[in-house]
Amino acid sequence: MFDTLDPVLLARIQFAFTISFHIIFPAFTIGLASWLAVLEWRWLRTGNTIYAELYRMWVKIFAVAFGMGVVSGVVMSFQFGTNWSVFSDIAGNVMGPLLGYEVLTAFFLEASFLGVMLFGWNRVSPKMHFASTVIVAVGTIISAFWILSANSWMQTPQGFREGADGLLYPTDWLAIVFNPSFPFRFTHMIIAAYLTTAFVVAGIGAFYLFRRRHVRHARVMVGMAMIMAVFVAPTQLLVGDLHGLNTLEHQPAKVAAMEGLWETQRGAPLVLFGWPDQERQETRFALEIPKLSSLILTHDPDGEVKGLKEWPRDEQPPVAWVFWCFRIMVGIGMLMILTGLMAAVLFLRKRLFDTRWFQYWCMALTPSGFVAVLAGWFVTEIGRQPWIIYNVMRTAEAVSPVGGQPIALSLAAFVVTYAVVFGAGIYYIGRLIAKGPGDPEEAYGAHGVKRPPLVAPEVADEGGSHV
Amino acid sequence: MFSLEAFIDLPMIWYGLIITAVMLYVILDGFDLGVGILFPFAPSEKCRDRMMNSIAPFWDGNETWLVLGGGGLFAAFPLAYAILMPALYIPVTLMLLGLIFRGVAFEFRFKARKSRRIWDYSFHVGSLLATIMQGMILGALVQGVSVSGRSFAGGTFDWINAYSVMTGVALVFGYALLGSTWLVMKTDGITQSWARRSASYVLGYVGLFIAVVSISMPIMKDTIRDLWFSLPNVIYLLPVPLTTALLFVFIWRDLHTGREYRPFFMSIGIFLLGYLGLGISLWPWIVPHAVSFRQAAAAPESQSLLLVGTAVMLPVVLAYTAYCYYVFRGKASHESGY
Repeated sequence: MFDTLDPVLLARIQFAFTISFHIIFPAFTIGLASWLAVLEWRWLRTGNTIYAELYRMWVKIFAVAFGMGVVSGVVMSFQFGTNWSVFSDIAGNVMGPLLGYEVLTAFFLEASFLGVMLFGWNRVSPKMHFASTVIVAVGTIISAFWILSANSWMQTPQGFREGADGLLYPTDWLAIVFNPSFPFRFTHMIIAAYLTTAFVVAGIGAFYLFRRRHVRHARVMVGMAMIMAVFVAPTQLLVGDLHGLNTLEHQPAKVAAMEGLWETQRGAPLVLFGWPDQERQETRFALEIPKLSSLILTHDPDGEVKGLKEWPRDEQPPVAWVFWCFRIMVGIGMLMILTGLMAAVLFLRKRLFDTRWFQYWCMALTPSGFVAVLAGWFVTEIGRQPWIIYNVMRTAEAVSPVGGQPIALSLAAFVVTYAVVFGAGIYYIGRLIAKGPGDPEEAYGAHGVKRPPLVAPEVADEGGSHV
Repeated sequence: MFSLEAFIDLPMIWYGLIITAVMLYVILDGFDLGVGILFPFAPSEKCRDRMMNSIAPFWDGNETWLVLGGGGLFAAFPLAYAILMPALYIPVTLMLLGLIFRGVAFEFRFKARKSRRIWDYSFHVGSLLATIMQGMILGALVQGVSVSGRSFAGGTFDWINAYSVMTGVALVFGYALLGSTWLVMKTDGITQSWARRSASYVLGYVGLFIAVVSISMPIMKDTIRDLWFSLPNVIYLLPVPLTTALLFVFIWRDLHTGREYRPFFMSIGIFLLGYLGLGISLWPWIVPHAVSFRQAAAAPESQSLLLVGTAVMLPVVLAYTAYCYYVFRGKASHESGY
């Protein structure tokens, strides 16, 4: 029954599924690691136990999310070979070292010092513990550096030559690592991860404020998160715009799909909403603002913007996906900026922590970062189709010589496994949130034992003094 | 474009590095997978907590060596990566699924209350599945992979046969030996004496399977037979099986005289020697009996770039890995760590 299944489509779905699942966790842990470092720093500087208690609560959530990120990440390191072996063969000379550097400079660092971060209380000095937190935080960013460099090279390849044997050979490593779209994609993604974490923290802080639980902790959470919303969310708009202009230069078809524009024209309108119809090669029911697209993209109301019809149909990306995901991402970005504005106004009126409707608002936006990150990645990954290496190699040519059957079965296995693991992870994170920071634990761990003797004498009644 | 090609034998160095990375993975993740294999047989819940705590700070770093093996293969020998991954599509996928189930159990188990049992079994079954698949991958590899041109040309189920099932089971006992001797070192009391008994129990099976593999490989391939049994090779290579046999005797004696550290390190010794034996037999193949490491080597520029990074980073990685083992030295407690 599986013989009729298209291996290319299945391999694409499998990769899209495993990578989408994976990116949720780094998007959260990159921000969380940095925030934990800030919390521990504040604690060491001020001695205020609120920070220590917040750290203790969030490091557990971090551990769950990081664990899921690791196991889903190990899968990714094999996906290139299992499903895209022709790509691995042809692009291995260029891509391989980038991934190798990621393992050597980031993965070991994160994995080793995560152990110290989680289990090293009482075994290393507070300074060394803080150093471990910082190292893990830096490790997550180094990891993002290499993997985004590799991804960006596939989007905007340079610094290589095609050999007589059809393989790609590197000619300039600096050009490969710092390819044109990399600085923008890297900055955009790191900021996205920070904002994702900030809105999770804000949502949970708002939940505590709403329930009037852990109010002192919740004020720190909401306060710190809103600093991010006020200052970093608008920065993201700027960086996103620069990223878009860079894409216009190197991948104009992607931008045309994002905008839903089919005809090349001067004074192109901004299509707010509409229904991109690939069959008819037009955007139906379009609601447009005249000339705005040209203004945004070329900074000139009469600038020329290329439409999708410039490319033959078999070189156009699936437009509807790109079009809609782009609107979801930008829409959420706008909501985040709006949140920052509202928070600033409420703060100046000294009502930031006791405005009911704002608490609802923040709770509603808790998962917004994840949705925006996924939507953004859908834009950039679907928008570059049909190319796996832009203008060099097509995705359909990259697939492994594996039949539809094993791919379908393994895809089903991944879906079931991830559903179980993800469900359990969310459940345990939910329970950690329900328990909250600073509550004295009845039992330490889950085996009914009171606090371990090593820690107990140091622990004051209201919570841990030694994080 | 800078390249070290003119000065050193890049493919050779990378072959050595990949072999080392895989070896480190087998030893390091081997003992924590072994703990997972022995998990349900522990005498009490408290023992299981100790077992879990003895590896909790390390498992993540240990598994990273697998990523380095996979990533390193992709980087240094992309052709081998591109042939082996489709050939081993199903066992690799199953191994990854096993690693997922056991990996998340570390976090979930200590947070669960009623569902604790589920994560105990998730940890055990995941470890077992990952180990069997690694053993079967080994069994499939030594038998050879069918290749045409630059890609895998065999069938989806080539990897499964009686021989690979045997090596799958063999590795379960091998990792159980590493796991149990690790526990002898890292625990005390009831857990330790149980680990001692487990270690001496699996030791016999490990010896049996090593003998079976050692006898079967020369029978399977003439080249391997000629390599081991021709003069003067037989004299040079004789120390490998002899030392292995000696280590078995020492481990057996140590387990019964109460030594705590030596059994673990001598179990590692057995793995090193077995690995050395396999390496000698499979030289110079990277895709056994089809593609040699020279044929599969990445461009010299690519190997050079990563070699520079490896030369700088690998000692650093090893140093802080050692530091982490030092921080968590001593006996494991049964208390939840954080």
